[in-house]
Amino acid sequence: MKELTFETLIAVFEEMYGRWLFWTLVLVAAIITLAFIFVLIRDRSIEGRYLARAELTAPIGAIAAILFVQYITSSGFADIGGAIDVVVVLTIGIAGAGGLTFLAYVAQAFMRRPKEDRY
Amino acid sequence: MDHPDRIAVSRRGFLGMAAGGMALAGTGAPARAQKIPTSARIVIVGAGAAGTAMARRLADRLDGATITIVDARKHHFYQPGFTLIAAGLKPANYSVSTTAEWLPKGVEWIEEAAAEIDPEANRIVTAGGKTVAYDFLILATGLKLDWDAVEGFDMNLVGTNGIGAVYAGPEQAAATWGAMDRFTDEGGKAVFFRPATEMKCAGAPLKYTFLTDDYARRKGSRGRVEIHYHAHAGTLFSVPIVNEKVRMLFDNRGVKTQYNHVIKAIDPGKKILTFTTPEGDIETDYDFTNVIPPMVAPDVLRNSPLPWQGGPWVDEGWAEVNPETLRHVRYPNVFAVGDCAGVSKGKTAASVKWQVPVAEDHLIADIEGKLSPETYNGYTSCPMITRVGRAMLIEFDYNNNLVESFPGVIAPLEELWISWLMKEVALKATYNAMLRGKA
Repeated sequence: MKELTFETLIAVFEEMYGRWLFWTLVLVAAIITLAFIFVLIRDRSIEGRYLARAELTAPIGAIAAILFVQYITSSGFADIGGAIDVVVVLTIGIAGAGGLTFLAYVAQAFMRRPKEDRY
Repeated sequence: MDHPDRIAVSRRGFLGMAAGGMALAGTGAPARAQKIPTSARIVIVGAGAAGTAMARRLADRLDGATITIVDARKHHFYQPGFTLIAAGLKPANYSVSTTAEWLPKGVEWIEEAAAEIDPEANRIVTAGGKTVAYDFLILATGLKLDWDAVEGFDMNLVGTNGIGAVYAGPEQAAATWGAMDRFTDEGGKAVFFRPATEMKCAGAPLKYTFLTDDYARRKGSRGRVEIHYHAHAGTLFSVPIVNEKVRMLFDNRGVKTQYNHVIKAIDPGKKILTFTTPEGDIETDYDFTNVIPPMVAPDVLRNSPLPWQGGPWVDEGWAEVNPETLRHVRYPNVFAVGDCAGVSKGKTAASVKWQVPVAEDHLIADIEGKLSPETYNGYTSCPMITRVGRAMLIEFDYNNNLVESFPGVIAPLEELWISWLMKEVALKATYNAMLRGKA
């Protein structure tokens, strides 16, 4: 591949999802991240109970992400052919797990007022 | 133009880039300075992948140039998608867009075919009789599938009588899937082959052989299916190391290989294919086949003074260009990019991606009165699908060297899921980005 610059990567992602969907996804990811930072500052700590519950969703996020990629690419676990494929599966899984954990944490933090849960 | 020192520097730069991989690849990108003022008249013949990408890049870099693109085709085909359509994985419209949607503003599109090229007078004439003069000419005509050269072939029969024709277009690729789907249900004898001419995506005939085998296995009909591959020469693939790998895979999958068999005729009624061999013509029956005809340069190029005047391609009509600069050897203000270029590798969209910036840079250097250091090394890429879900990311150059985009990460001769993901998800996006001049 020639000229694999950041600009090229953005252009490729825009084509992959469509410009609007891609930037909407980026925006959604940014909003969830900002919301997480917001509740972190608001609560001045990571709430253990939220985190524990949020972490329960991680395997669901991981499996959902992997199955989704397999579905849209007409492939399955049997197609894993080498070490790099295992790395790709794990990366997709970690991304799905992390994403859903963040979302679940932020959702809980917003649904309950922080003081209700403390002490 | 081919200053040897400049070329040597560029080669070293390229080797460093290949070895350094992704992180260094970015340094190869030419710096985008401000637009270059010019009154040059540039005519591009053909609005396919190469012509469109070239139009976009020139429009981005030049200010005041008259850029005219000549092509009668209203539809743009993403041809790398044809194999996926013919494998039942994508609908026919997956590969179809319009020519208009990719053309940049400021480029005039003449919606007519080019009928005549006169490089002595620096002008072309369209099918409608319009004469367009140029200072620079870009040949991006693509190639002609010479269906008439396969005796007995009838395009209307594609999808029936076990006849497939993946190359013919998106509708025919979809019809081929219908025929392959029926064949792998019922069983019988599949016969695959490729033409003896230069051809676009020489991996595609092999991919379709692999895919037919894969579907038969998935359906449990492989025991009733016989698969033959008739290679046109003494090898399956022009790159020796890849040829050996494909040979091993064909052995492994039970594909029976015959060498030095060149397609001559098809008899759809009797379901018989005729091949020319060193021992004379031979006939073989078939229940399913994928007809791939000889490929030649389009008539407008063949009938001009621009093709090779001798050598192995004299009958095929490819433009005689310098393989490193893509500049015509007799008419220095003419460049050829894409399938019509008479170079030994590179009738793929991946090659277009590497060729267009080189020809573009030499053209612009001419305008500026400079020398361009850019060279094309014959890079081409073939995501060799070996089954639904796996592919080998094969990339190579003029010297049959493997040129890995991701050395140490994606092994070129391994059947990998990641290579399949690239073909399925990233390739069309990269192609589209290329058409927009961004990749």
